Amino acid sequence: MKYIEEFQDPELARRLLDDIHATVTRPWALMEVCGGQTHTIIRHGIDQLLPDQVELIHGPGCPVCVTPLEVIDKALEIASRPDVIFCSFGDMLRVPGTGRDLFQVRSEGGDVRVVYSPLDALKIARQNPGKEVVFFGIGFETTAPPNAMTVHQARKLGIRNFSLLVSHVRVPPAIEAIMQSPSCRVQGFLAAGHVCSVMGMGEYPGLAARHRVPIVVTGFEPLDILEGVRHAVRQLERGEHTVDNAYARAVRPEGNPAAIAMLEDVFEVTDRAWRGIGVIPDSGWRLSERYREHDAEHRFSVTDITTREPAECRSGEVLQGLIKPNQCEAFGTTCTPRNPLGATMVSSEGACAAYYLYRRLDLTPVRATDPIARTAPLEASPVV
Amino acid sequence: MCLAVPGRVVEIAEENGTRMATVDFGGVVKEVCLEYLPDLQVGEYAIVHVGFALQRLDEESAKQTLELFAQLGMLQEEFGDPWEQAAEAGGAPWPFEDDESDTVADPAVVGPVDGGHVSREARQ
Repeated sequence: MKYIEEFQDPELARRLLDDIHATVTRPWALMEVCGGQTHTIIRHGIDQLLPDQVELIHGPGCPVCVTPLEVIDKALEIASRPDVIFCSFGDMLRVPGTGRDLFQVRSEGGDVRVVYSPLDALKIARQNPGKEVVFFGIGFETTAPPNAMTVHQARKLGIRNFSLLVSHVRVPPAIEAIMQSPSCRVQGFLAAGHVCSVMGMGEYPGLAARHRVPIVVTGFEPLDILEGVRHAVRQLERGEHTVDNAYARAVRPEGNPAAIAMLEDVFEVTDRAWRGIGVIPDSGWRLSERYREHDAEHRFSVTDITTREPAECRSGEVLQGLIKPNQCEAFGTTCTPRNPLGATMVSSEGACAAYYLYRRLDLTPVRATDPIARTAPLEASPVV
Repeated sequence: MCLAVPGRVVEIAEENGTRMATVDFGGVVKEVCLEYLPDLQVGEYAIVHVGFALQRLDEESAKQTLELFAQLGMLQEEFGDPWEQAAEAGGAPWPFEDDESDTVADPAVVGPVDGGHVSREARQ
């Protein structure tokens, strides 16, 4: 437990860890769904503080990582147009499309702007009536309500030069798809806390019962992760499979009803492709018919753009928990944060980026054909 | 991007029929939409994501989280200059001279491009 002193409350962390160590009698594999949780786990070496029997598998919860290549290419196409001001969150700037990224589009003269909030993009649209302003609307259930509200505001205020390039995804269908995979090893889930802050927990009891898998709503701070693991392990050891809320300070069972109502007004559920994974039924949102005039795909006729993902990038397997990042041949060699093959290496929440930042010098090379191996113990400080 | 940061409501005002607040995130102040937490009051804390308050948080939890984020440099990641962060991640220094005005960069300033990204070597 050499890193426990780095925890915000080392004594509480020690108690949680002692409890987990005392509870575990058999091997268990838990998947943390949220990319923020993955970074916390790797950054603090939490996986190495846990008993050897508890394996943490990294899930698909990084919105930047799962955005399909063809959506990035559509963004690049739209952002390159001289009549367009293209607005995005900062973490999309270096996500590679086919051959280039938004960073490069700007260097080539495209008017690409980074905003803190989608409402900032709407403000830009009001200030630039002669331009088309497009906001890159990606993300899970946490990010979708702000984008829904922004489109609603555009319609209410009659701002017609604003549109959204939508690639929103939903967590529960992804959990369903992971559990249905024949190669699935996941026995319990740490659900993404902030997704549940918005959506509540209503969709999870059915999933937990259907797949006999405990689901623990978990925050993303180090102690939250330990608490989530403790709940999940306790359930697994008892043979239970219910939904626990280990993040009650931020998650109410009903979520945020106003946000859910706006989501249902502005968006409709649709099948969505996940980068590296493929199409998952009902796993996304698109703008509903009433808001179609604010749909950038239709406005700029980019619906036909299709692309193939590079075969050498194995981010899809990483996102499904089938391999760890260092089991990809390209990891740290042909794929680095400076020259990423896929979004899992470039996103601040990507599993490959987390391994590269915090584990790179400590990893023993692993062949891709090896079964999932636990990474070598962390001996050095994080490599940044 | 899934990061949501706790902040304290400093002031509330109506803007174009929308309830907006000035929110303090441990020293960084931002405009935040309160439409999803319409009864949030001045002095209360909420979890804020991309400019929207999404759920109430008690003061003690909020302060602990903010302190942790500050220690880990996560507030800088969330509120720092995203172009600069992207340039650093790509191994290049800040490539655009006009970050204040957000106008189109002069390609000559950017320098040669290598493999889709501005190359650090090209600028040295």
